[in-house]
Amino acid sequence: MKWIGAALLAGSLLLPPLFAGDFYINLASQILIAAIFALSLNLLVGFGGMTSLGHASYLGVGAYISALLTSRYGFGHGAAALLSIAGTTAMAAFFGVIALRASGLGFLMITLALSQVLWGLAYRMSNVTNGDNGVAGLTRPAPFGISLDSPISFYWFALIVATFALVMMAIFVSSAFGSSLKGVRDQPRRMAALGFNPWLIRWITFVYAGFWGGVAGLLYVYYHKYIHPTSLSTTSSAEALLGVIAGGSGTLGGPAVGAALVLLLKNYVSAYLERWNMLLGLVFLFIVLVMPTGIVPGVSRLTTRLRGGVR
Amino acid sequence: MQFWIIQGLNSLSLGGLLFLLSSGFSLIFGLMRLANLTHGAFFMLGTYFAATAMRTYDDLNIWVTALGAGIAVAAVGGLFERLVLTRLKANPLGQVLVTLGMSFIISDACLMFWGGDSIPVPTPPNLQSPTRVFGFVFPTYRLVLVGCAIATATLLYFLIERTRLGAMIRAGVDDRQMARAVGIPVSNLFTLVFCLGAGIAGAGGVLGGPILSAYPGLDADMLPLALIVVILGGIGSLLGAFIGSFIIGIIYTFGTALFPELAYIILFLPMIFVIAFRPQGLFGRVGT
Repeated sequence: MKWIGAALLAGSLLLPPLFAGDFYINLASQILIAAIFALSLNLLVGFGGMTSLGHASYLGVGAYISALLTSRYGFGHGAAALLSIAGTTAMAAFFGVIALRASGLGFLMITLALSQVLWGLAYRMSNVTNGDNGVAGLTRPAPFGISLDSPISFYWFALIVATFALVMMAIFVSSAFGSSLKGVRDQPRRMAALGFNPWLIRWITFVYAGFWGGVAGLLYVYYHKYIHPTSLSTTSSAEALLGVIAGGSGTLGGPAVGAALVLLLKNYVSAYLERWNMLLGLVFLFIVLVMPTGIVPGVSRLTTRLRGGVR
Repeated sequence: MQFWIIQGLNSLSLGGLLFLLSSGFSLIFGLMRLANLTHGAFFMLGTYFAATAMRTYDDLNIWVTALGAGIAVAAVGGLFERLVLTRLKANPLGQVLVTLGMSFIISDACLMFWGGDSIPVPTPPNLQSPTRVFGFVFPTYRLVLVGCAIATATLLYFLIERTRLGAMIRAGVDDRQMARAVGIPVSNLFTLVFCLGAGIAGAGGVLGGPILSAYPGLDADMLPLALIVVILGGIGSLLGAFIGSFIIGIIYTFGTALFPELAYIILFLPMIFVIAFRPQGLFGRVGT
C-alpha cells in the first residue's frame, strides 16, 4: 500500500514535465519551493513543538543576501549561494538563542517580533535593499554549465533539491536525535531528568530549520529573479504555517501537501480576485475550527475507518 | 538643547500612544493567556473609523469619536471572542492562529472599504495651536495624548486594584480553576476583558489618528511595537506596559532622529537585552 503511494507520488513528480505546458511546470516548481519551506518550518512546529511565526525571516534573508551579492557586489552564484546559506544559518543561530529563552506563546511572540523587525528593515534601509521597489533584474545560476532559464530545467533542479531536502529532513527526524527532539516536545522535564539538554536539542533544531529555510529562500529568488519585502512579512510566515497545520504538523509529508494546497489556492484565487489576504484569514479560521489535526491525518484516519468497515 | 527637548516631548507622546495600544494587549494576555494578534487590526479599525467619522461631520469632537470607536471595536472584539475564541478554550495555539487569521481579514476588509491611499485624521481645532514648553513651541495635541495615556493608566489601575470586578479579574489571573470554584464567572470575565482590551485599542487608534493617519499596513506597523513593549515590560503587567511604552517611545524617537535607517535595529536591542537577562520582562512575574 505504502509502495503504491510512493510510486504514484514519483509518477506525479516525474511525468508532468513530459507533457504539461510551461504554466503548470512553473506552478510545480513553486510548489516544490513552498514544500521545502513548509517542511523546514514543520521541524520546529510539528517535531519540536515550537510554533514560530517568523519563519519567513530565513526565506527572505536567504533570498536577499543572494540577490544583493549577485546584483550589487558582483559575486558569482556559487559564492553568493554559500554566503547566503551561511549567513542565514548564522542568523538562525543568533535568533534561536534569543527566542529559545521563552517557550510556547513567548517563543511565538519573539519570533514574530524579530521577523517584523527584519521586514521593517527591508522597507526602510532603501539604500541597501532598494525598499519598496525590491531588487529586480536578477539571474538564475547555471550549475555545471546547465542553464536553468527554461521552466523545465528549473523544475528538475528544484525537484532534485526538494528530494534531497526531504531525505535529509527525514533522516534528521528519524534519527536518535529526532527521537530526543520529540521527547523534548512531549516531556521536557523528564528528558532533562534523563540527562538530555532540552535547550540544546531545541536550538540545534532551530538552526537546522533556519538552514533549510535559507535553501528555500535561494530557490525562491532564483525562481522569481526578484525579491520584495513582502517575502519577509507576517503573511509569508503565516502562509507557510497554514500549510504545515493544514497538511498535518508532525507528519513528514503532510506539510508538503498543505503547502501545495495553499499555493494552488493562492494562484487560483489571485487570478480572479484581489482578496487573497482575506481568504487566507478565513482558511485559517476554517482549518483551526474544523480540521485542527490537518488534512493528511484526517484523510488517513478516514481511509483506515473505511477499510476497517470493509473487513 | 532645543533638539533634545523637542525630541524628548515627542518620545513622551509616542510613549503615550504606545501605552494606549499595548495596555489592552497586556490585559488580555494577563487574564486569558492569549497573544491577541488582532490587536494591531483593532487599533487600525479605530483610526479608519475616526478618519471617516471626522471627515464626514466637520465639528465632531475627537473624544466622542474615540468613545464611539471604542464601543464599536469592543463590540467586534466581543463577537469574535464569543463566536470563535470560546470554542478553542482547550487549544491555546489554535486561539493565536485564529487571531492571526482575523487580523488578515480585518486589514484586507479595511483595504477593500477605504482603498490604498492614506487618509489623514484632522487634529481637533481647539488643540491645533502650539503650546510653549520651556520656551519652545510644541504641538498641543501631542501633550494631550500623554495626558490621555496617564488618565487611562490611572483608570485601569483603579479598575483592577480597587473594584470588585478588578478583584475577580485578579483572581482569574492568579488561579483560573480556583476562581471558577468559588463562583466567579470566568468565561464572562474573559469576554469582558477582551472587549475592554479591544475597546482601548480602538479608542487609541482614534487618538493616534491625527499623528499617524489611517493607511493600509498600520496594523502591521503597530503590532510589533505592542509586542516589543509587552515583551520588554513583562507580559500581563500593567505597570510593565506603562514603563515599557515610554522606554520604547524614547528609544524609537531618538533612534529615528539620530540614525534614521537603523531605528528598527535600535528598537530591537533593548528587547534582546531584556530577554537575555530577564526573560520574564522588567515587571513580569516568574511563571507567567
